[in-house]
Amino acid sequence: MLELDRLELSIGPNRWEFDLSLDTHGVHALLGRSGSGKSTLLNLIAGFIQPDKGDIRWNAESLLPLEPAHRPVTSLFQQQNLFNHLSVRQNVGLGIDPGLKLNDRQIHAIQSVLDDVGLSGQETKLPGTLSGGEQQRVALARSLLRQRPILLLDEPFSALDAQTRQEMITLLRQLIDRHRPCVIMVTHDEDDAIAMQAEVLRLVDGRVVREA
Amino acid sequence: MSLRWPWWASATVALALIAAMTLLPLGAMLREAGVIDWKAVTNDTYLQRVIRFSLYQAFASTALALLSAIPVALALSHKPSFPGRALIVSLFSLSLVIPTIVAIFGIVAVFGRTGWLSHILALVDIEPLPFYGLPGILIAHVFFNMPLAARILLNSLESIPADNWRLCRQLGMSPWAIFRHLEWHRMKHQLPALALLIFTLCFTSFAIVMTLGGGPRSTTIEVAIYQALRFDFDITLAVALACIQLLICLSLMALSTLLRHDNTMGFDIYKAPLKINSGTHENNPRQGLWPGAAWHMTHAGVLLFSTALVVTPLLALLVSSFNSKTLSVLADTTTLSALSNTLAVALSAACLSVALGLALLQSTRYLRIRLARERVGQWVQLTGNIILVLPPLVLGTGLFLLLRPLADVFSIALTLVVMINSLMALPFVLRILDAPMMNAAHAQDRLLRSLGIQGWNRWRHIDWPQLRKPLALALALAATLAAGDLSAIALFGSERVRTLPLLLYQRMGSYRLEEAAVTAGILLLSCLCLFAIIQWIVGGREHARTR
Repeated sequence: MLELDRLELSIGPNRWEFDLSLDTHGVHALLGRSGSGKSTLLNLIAGFIQPDKGDIRWNAESLLPLEPAHRPVTSLFQQQNLFNHLSVRQNVGLGIDPGLKLNDRQIHAIQSVLDDVGLSGQETKLPGTLSGGEQQRVALARSLLRQRPILLLDEPFSALDAQTRQEMITLLRQLIDRHRPCVIMVTHDEDDAIAMQAEVLRLVDGRVVREA
Repeated sequence: MSLRWPWWASATVALALIAAMTLLPLGAMLREAGVIDWKAVTNDTYLQRVIRFSLYQAFASTALALLSAIPVALALSHKPSFPGRALIVSLFSLSLVIPTIVAIFGIVAVFGRTGWLSHILALVDIEPLPFYGLPGILIAHVFFNMPLAARILLNSLESIPADNWRLCRQLGMSPWAIFRHLEWHRMKHQLPALALLIFTLCFTSFAIVMTLGGGPRSTTIEVAIYQALRFDFDITLAVALACIQLLICLSLMALSTLLRHDNTMGFDIYKAPLKINSGTHENNPRQGLWPGAAWHMTHAGVLLFSTALVVTPLLALLVSSFNSKTLSVLADTTTLSALSNTLAVALSAACLSVALGLALLQSTRYLRIRLARERVGQWVQLTGNIILVLPPLVLGTGLFLLLRPLADVFSIALTLVVMINSLMALPFVLRILDAPMMNAAHAQDRLLRSLGIQGWNRWRHIDWPQLRKPLALALALAATLAAGDLSAIALFGSERVRTLPLLLYQRMGSYRLEEAAVTAGILLLSCLCLFAIIQWIVGGREHARTR
């Protein structure tokens, strides 16, 4: 279970207070206006910013002392998920070893997640030669490979066209059913939440409101 | 968790080194200044004349450079697609890579008493114009700064959107109206900062005034410091001059911080030229705005004249460097030892400068991006610009005073020259590396943190591939600047230790012009080779893409 225990944060004039617990295997969509702090919540969980007060716990263990790389969290950002000078295989490989020293077994594992997201044969390409949807799938492959129980999606479809978006949702749904992570997806589109069969959380006035 | 090099360590080392190289000499100088009878010094007429002349020539040079750059920038902007335009624009950026003393040789060969111009004028029975003194200084300053100003102004003119030009045509605006309402409006925002930049460059200019000044009537503070230290052994005068120079540079620096227009040092010139062909002949939005043969001739005339100003000195140098002495100078041991000294100084200064720059940026990147302390980081980076406040001759005076009791300064000349030259290149290095280092890191920071990429892994897989192009440019530019510098070596060089710029200066001074021409050719060739080879080796051929 992911618990946000009376988590408080203020940045400039904005103040947030999060008090929330989420199921280990649930899919949650976080909705709210732009500027309401949806990404801030993800940044808190991922460890990019530290709260003023309160605690974040995963299975009763506090995440606050942990560096972002050591938290049980993997993120799919809106963009800038890939290093454009590294090949697809290297970009995915960074999820296993930040020094990119990969053995045969690991290369095999990379191959198999790339197969899962439908990118076989693209291993040696540079991200710049792929379409936007394909780039997101490379990043998704790396998230899968990292095998972290919490998956944070920050508007993962916003840069994609309608058809690619549909394909991506289908793929994500399949993968979530197979790996069963705790998913929090930031979006401003209610249709995405419905398509992902997600429980809806709304961020209003610095607080999260659950919807039945 | 393994032991890690803390984020502030590299900047601390760099700052300590920079402080040791600048504050210690400054301290030695100020201690000496404490015992000076300032009343007597300020009443000294020689000193007053030197200060007056320094300011006067800098004002005149700035005015001339800007006034000639404006029509050139306009002509280039009005004619966006004639053949050879790209060549002219890149020629204009060459003047920063060419060593000052080499260009001076070419300028003398064209404008000097026995130069090309005098020969042409003699054909129509006109007396040769006076050259040494103010005229020579002004010509050389315009040669160096007009192209710089023209390119910066051209950049701002190029940023006028195509629709504005279309609107001008639709409204039937006259060339004068276009200039007043559109072009001048763009350029005037650049002018104060640009004028200040050129003024500072001309005010602290050393090689030009030393070679072309032609005597105590036309001496600037920088040159007067050199003469006081090397010829008159008048430490008091040197320190007094250095203190005054320091004060003036400090105020210029303060002024430029107020004016801050983000082109403080004109580094824009190193950016790849804008995609200038913003219109082909069919849809050039500027076509027809300056109709008629008169305008056509004006544009052509301006471009021809300005290109000739830049090209003829180089051409004269090229022609004269092949002469009866070419082979003997090439085989001469003095030349060869000066060449090897030059290369050693250039490479060491470049490595030191880039190492200092990288060390500073490594820490300020953490400060600015991870700790979000943008201003603090900027301030730390500003220390790299210390040479702008403490020009080479002032710093040299301090080093001279500091080390005189401890060692023979002339026997460690090359070390001192490397130190001064590396500090001189540091503002350029920081400027070139700053944006690529910060922008990529800013965009990728969350990804790097979530994947735990840091330290050596980060350098090897992320930074190096993305930075090697700008790093190569920074190294190449620093090496070229150091190879062509005359100021530091003039102060510390001797019969025993010479670099090519000093040797060239001495050969010019003793009127061994054929040997000087060959030396100038070798120096120019070395600089161009350094610039190209370093970029080729370090930069690699594969383009690292950052976007």
